Amino acid sequence: MSKGLLIDITKCIGCRSCEAACKAQNKLPENNDPDLTATTYTKVMERGDRFVRKMCMHCQNPTCVSVCPVGALQKTNYGPVVYDESKCMGCRYCMAACPFQVPRYEWSSAFPRVRKCIMCKDRVAQGLQTACAEACPVGATTFGERDDLIHEAQDRIRQEPGKYVNQIYGFSEVGGTGVLFITDVPFEKLGFRTDLLKEPYPMLTWNVLSKIPNFVGVGATLLFGIWWITSRREEVKKEEAEALSKKDKH
Amino acid sequence: MNFSRLRIPRITFWRAVVAVFMILGVYALFVRYTRGLGASSHMTDLFPWGLWIGFDLLCGVGLAAGGFTICAAVYIFNVERFRPIIRPTILTSFLGYLLVITALLVDLGRPYRIWHALVMWNPHSVMFEVAWCVMLYTTVLALEFSPIVFEKFKLEGPLKIIHKISIPLVILGVILSTLHQSSLGSLYLIMPTKLHPLWYSPILPIFFFVSAVAVGLCMTIFESYLSNRAFKKKLEMDLLADLGKIAVVVLAVLLVLKVQDLQYRHVWRYLFQPTQEAFLYWIEVTMGIIVPMVLLMFRKVRYHSFGLFASALLVLLGFVMNRLNVSITGMTRGSMTTYFPSFLEIMVTVMIVSLGFVIFSQASRFFPIFADSKEPVGTASELPVPEADRSESFANRPSYARSRH
Repeated sequence: MSKGLLIDITKCIGCRSCEAACKAQNKLPENNDPDLTATTYTKVMERGDRFVRKMCMHCQNPTCVSVCPVGALQKTNYGPVVYDESKCMGCRYCMAACPFQVPRYEWSSAFPRVRKCIMCKDRVAQGLQTACAEACPVGATTFGERDDLIHEAQDRIRQEPGKYVNQIYGFSEVGGTGVLFITDVPFEKLGFRTDLLKEPYPMLTWNVLSKIPNFVGVGATLLFGIWWITSRREEVKKEEAEALSKKDKH
Repeated sequence: MNFSRLRIPRITFWRAVVAVFMILGVYALFVRYTRGLGASSHMTDLFPWGLWIGFDLLCGVGLAAGGFTICAAVYIFNVERFRPIIRPTILTSFLGYLLVITALLVDLGRPYRIWHALVMWNPHSVMFEVAWCVMLYTTVLALEFSPIVFEKFKLEGPLKIIHKISIPLVILGVILSTLHQSSLGSLYLIMPTKLHPLWYSPILPIFFFVSAVAVGLCMTIFESYLSNRAFKKKLEMDLLADLGKIAVVVLAVLLVLKVQDLQYRHVWRYLFQPTQEAFLYWIEVTMGIIVPMVLLMFRKVRYHSFGLFASALLVLLGFVMNRLNVSITGMTRGSMTTYFPSFLEIMVTVMIVSLGFVIFSQASRFFPIFADSKEPVGTASELPVPEADRSESFANRPSYARSRH
C-alpha cells in the first residue's frame, strides 16, 4: 500500500491551484519563484503550450534516503518520502545525489534545512488525499494507490492511443517513482530527464558498501600475514649475521 | 614562563602573505557563520557541493595519503630504509585530516551536529562510511603521532604502551585509509546521470585509492624537498628516488586501469569531442600521469632533486585536477548549471592550506620530526630512550640501512 500521484499533462490548464494549495497546506510564504525553492515545494512550469508540475517524485527506492548518513530522510511505508530536520547535519548529499535535482536548501539561514514536497504526509496518514490533488479543478493531478494509478494511466493510454505517448514516466525510471506522468508530447520535449537508469540508484553504492566487512576481514588477515613474514625475514637475517660473526671469531 | 624569550616575529614576505590570507579567511568564516552558506558561497540548489568538498575534502584526504603508504611500507612490508621519513609523513597526514575536519565544519549546514553520524546510523550511505573513516583514522593518526609528543615531554609510560600496539594500529590505519580513500570515489557512484562519462565509472573507488597511493608518495617527496629548503635539512636522495620509482609503478597501474575502463565502457568517443570535459581529461591524464611517469623512469631525473620535485609536483597537480573534475567540472553539465567558487569560498580554502603550512613548520620546530635535526630523533643510536623502547617504536628502531653500513 504505497500512495502516489498521477499527473496527466494533457489535462493541466496551468491554473496553479496546486501551487496555492501546497503553500497553504505547508504554511509557506506567498511568492512567485520561477522554480522549486526552499519555500516552493511544487511549481507549474510552462513548456511550450503545455504545463508540467515539478515536485518531489517520491521514488519507490529513493536515492536521497539511501545517501543520508544520519537517516534524516525516510521512505514511509504508505508512500511519502519524509524529512526529519532534527537529525539533518546539512551535508547536502541528498541534493547532490537526487537524480531529479529536487531537494532545496535554506541557503540564507544560519540553521538551514532541506526543503521539498513531503506528499502531505499528515493528511495522507489520516486517509485524506494531498492538498494539490484536492485543489486541482480538472483532475490533472489524481491521488491514490500507486498500483491503481498505473492501471488508470494504462487505461487512459489504451482508450486514446492516438493522443497519449505510450509511456508512463515514473513507472520504471530509477526503479519506479510515486509520482507518475502521462503526456501527449514526448517527455524529452517537456524537460523531463530521459537518460535516467531503470534500476534503483541505491544499488550502485550498496554493491560496494556491502562488501566492506569482507574487505576488512581479508585485508587485516593479509596485512598481518605480510608483517609476520617480513619481520621473520629480519630475524633470520639477524641470526645469520650472528652465526657468521661467531664463525669469524673462531 | 620565561618572558625574555618571547620576541616579536620578524616580518618576512611569506609571513606577510600568510597574515593576509588569515585575515581574509577569518572574515570569510565570519560571513559564513553569521549570514549562512548562501551569502558566502556560490553553491546553489542545483550545485550543492562546491570547492570545499571538491578541494578541501577530496584533495585534503588524498594529499594526506602519505601516512598510510609509508607506514605500510615500513611496518608491514619492513622496508626499513623509509623509516627516517615516517615522522614528517605522519605529521602531514595528521594535519591533513585535522584540516579536512575544519573544512567540514565550514561546509556542513549545521556543523554542531557533526556527531550525529556516530549515533544515527545509515550503513547504506557512503557518507556514513566517510564520516566513520574520518573519525577513526584521525584517532589512529593521533595515536601514531603521539610517541613524538610523549618523547618531547619524556612520558615513558604511555610511550611503552603505544609501542606495544604499534603493529595492530598501523594495520588498522592502512585498512581505514584504504576504505576512506576509495569511499570518496564511491560517493559519486550514485550520480551516474550527473557525472560526465569520462569520469563516471563503476571503478571510481579503485581509481580514488590507486591515485591516492601515487599522490601519497609524491606528497612525501614534495614535503621533503620543501622542508629541505626551509630548514636546511639534507635531502635523503636515495630514499626519495626510491619513492619516485614506486610512484612510476603506481602511476602505470593507474594509467592501465584508466585505459581499460574507457575501453570497457566504450566511451572513447568522448575523448575526441571538442568539449571542455575532453580537454580537461586530456590535461589531467597527460600532465598528471603520463609525463611524470615517463620523467620518473629516468634515473637522472629521480636523482636530481629539482627533477624529482617537479615530477612529484606534476602528480600532485594532476591529482587535484582529477578530484576537481570529478566533483565540479565533470558535474556541471549533468547538473544543468554552472559553478565557480566565490571569493570567500576560495579565501576559506586558502586559509586552510596556509594553516597547514604554518602548523607543519611550527610543529617541526617544536617536536622531534626530522631525522637529522638538533632535537633527539631518528635512529636509536642518537636517542636517549630506555632500552626497552628501542625495538618496537614508531621511529626508534635502528634503521636497517644504517645497520648495514
